[in-house]
Amino acid sequence: MTTILDPTDERKPVHRQITARKGPLSGTVALLDIRKPRGNVLLDELERQLIAAEPGITVKRFAKPTFTKPCPDDLRRDIASQVDYVIEALAD
Amino acid sequence: MTDTKPGFSLKSLTGETRTLPAHGPSLVVFVKEDCETCNTAAPVLEAFHKAYSPALHVLMPAQSGDGNAVLKERHSLTLPVLDDTACKTSFDWDIEIVPSVFWLGADGEVKSHFEGFIRQEWQDLSAALSASLDLPAAQIDWDSLPAWRPGCGSKHLYPEIFEKLTAAKQGSALLARRIEIASADDVSEFMFDQGFSDGLPLVPPTPERVLRMLQGTHRAPQDLVAIVPPNMGEATVEKVAINAVMAGCKPDYMPVILAALEAVCTDDFNIHGVTATTMGASPVLIVNGPIRDKIGMNKGLSALGAGNRANATIGRAVRLIVRNVGGGKPGGVERSTLGNPMKYTMCFAEHEERSPWAPLHVERGFKREDSVVTVFAMTGGPVHIVDQESRAPDQVAGSMGLGLESVFLPKMHNLPIDALLVVCPEHIDTLMSAGPYSKQRLRARIQEVTRRPLSEMVADDLSGAGLSKEAAARLGPEKLDARVPKFASEDYIHIVVAGSDAGKFSAAFHGWASGEIGSKPVSRKIDLG
Repeated sequence: MTTILDPTDERKPVHRQITARKGPLSGTVALLDIRKPRGNVLLDELERQLIAAEPGITVKRFAKPTFTKPCPDDLRRDIASQVDYVIEALAD
Repeated sequence: MTDTKPGFSLKSLTGETRTLPAHGPSLVVFVKEDCETCNTAAPVLEAFHKAYSPALHVLMPAQSGDGNAVLKERHSLTLPVLDDTACKTSFDWDIEIVPSVFWLGADGEVKSHFEGFIRQEWQDLSAALSASLDLPAAQIDWDSLPAWRPGCGSKHLYPEIFEKLTAAKQGSALLARRIEIASADDVSEFMFDQGFSDGLPLVPPTPERVLRMLQGTHRAPQDLVAIVPPNMGEATVEKVAINAVMAGCKPDYMPVILAALEAVCTDDFNIHGVTATTMGASPVLIVNGPIRDKIGMNKGLSALGAGNRANATIGRAVRLIVRNVGGGKPGGVERSTLGNPMKYTMCFAEHEERSPWAPLHVERGFKREDSVVTVFAMTGGPVHIVDQESRAPDQVAGSMGLGLESVFLPKMHNLPIDALLVVCPEHIDTLMSAGPYSKQRLRARIQEVTRRPLSEMVADDLSGAGLSKEAAARLGPEKLDARVPKFASEDYIHIVVAGSDAGKFSAAFHGWASGEIGSKPVSRKIDLG
């Protein structure tokens, strides 16, 4: 028997659950630009198609300061307080 | 000497469990089979046993495994020989030498203690026991015994045994989850299977090795060193030590690893982005100051290569902490398209003694006598800059500029990107051949020789990278004629000295996204306690 010490942070794997689906899309949708080049092009097209498909929704645009760093807490809270859905783009 | 001794429960060689008697006088003598003095003492103890038992409990904890039975048979011992092969009781009783003799009184108090074999001491003990127990003295031919014979070191003081016992005793200092690996399992394979490894074999982080590693720092095991992205795991000193053991470090390296980890986990350095980027960035660690020589780091021949334990394992330890504590693993948050070998390790010392300039840490605001680690986020390197022909300072400085043109892509200029230039000693000699040649002048020369018209940066059939044709059209011909250097500012050019005295080969590391949007170089003073 050999005993070793755990080199990890010992965090139990957390299985994230998808939020329950609401059915029809309604309310406010956030489009979050993570600031990768040409992410805005994708989001512009997404916004156009979303509004065409669901005319009743409102779209709000947000942007991270830089794609290289996690979303700042303030921005995360700001988005959460204003919208019902978030779509972020664009990674690789 | 303490007044009483801790209890024990040991198996005798005949199989029964013997404990330290709570009442009644006892004579406890620690021995090991391969100790000549213990073999001198054994027949004397047997005589004591025959003369004074059962009024006196004579017990002989022996440290020698199979040798215990050999000792018993050799001297036809009928006294209880107890198996202390694990040496736990020897450790608990804090002995140093065998034979180690304890005469305990009726309440367990130590009435007498001595070590080795000084005949008079043993003779006096026999007389005292005889008087105390009111029994005839043991029949021993004292004159046939040596007057004096030193004992041997107790086996529990052998380093590998002592550390294991210390680890068990100090278990409370180590709070990391203990993982027990069955003896049928291969420890090395187990650690690979658990995902602890960077792909190379690991040293198993046993409690005793981790305790030894912790001796390399004055910091308490549960001190928080850093919160490590991307999982924001808590890296305590203990967790750092565990990963340092796995990386193959010596305890002396701990202060450097702790400082380097603090540096990479700053918001400025942004290890999250460095880990996540598809561009394949990795920390490059440069160590300055007296600690370089103290722990045997390589700053000379092959400084950026393999073969030096400190260079190799300090860099590896930091990478393993990001992997194991931070959770930055390829395929997870680590998304590098190609990766790079620096993701195993990249750490070296600056050759300050061969440099005509202020060393990196002094340039960055520290005292020369400070020991400092500086971390850079680099995506490539070392890329060699080969110039064996230049004999004039400006020539060799020019070659360094031309070598740096390849950062990102040769056609890209005005880059707000860090580069780390490692100048070799022979190139230093050429630079200094006509008098002092400052770092500032070298930076200016790099910018001077890399100036190119903006028009050369426009996307074309040869390469679509660079300025778009539309952007170029908006600038107009006059602006496109403007010549821009490789770097947006001389501040992006970082310079150190390393390498051996032979060879005109400097090298460059190419940066990642620099500054606020990505990563800034960070220096940390190394806490030597």
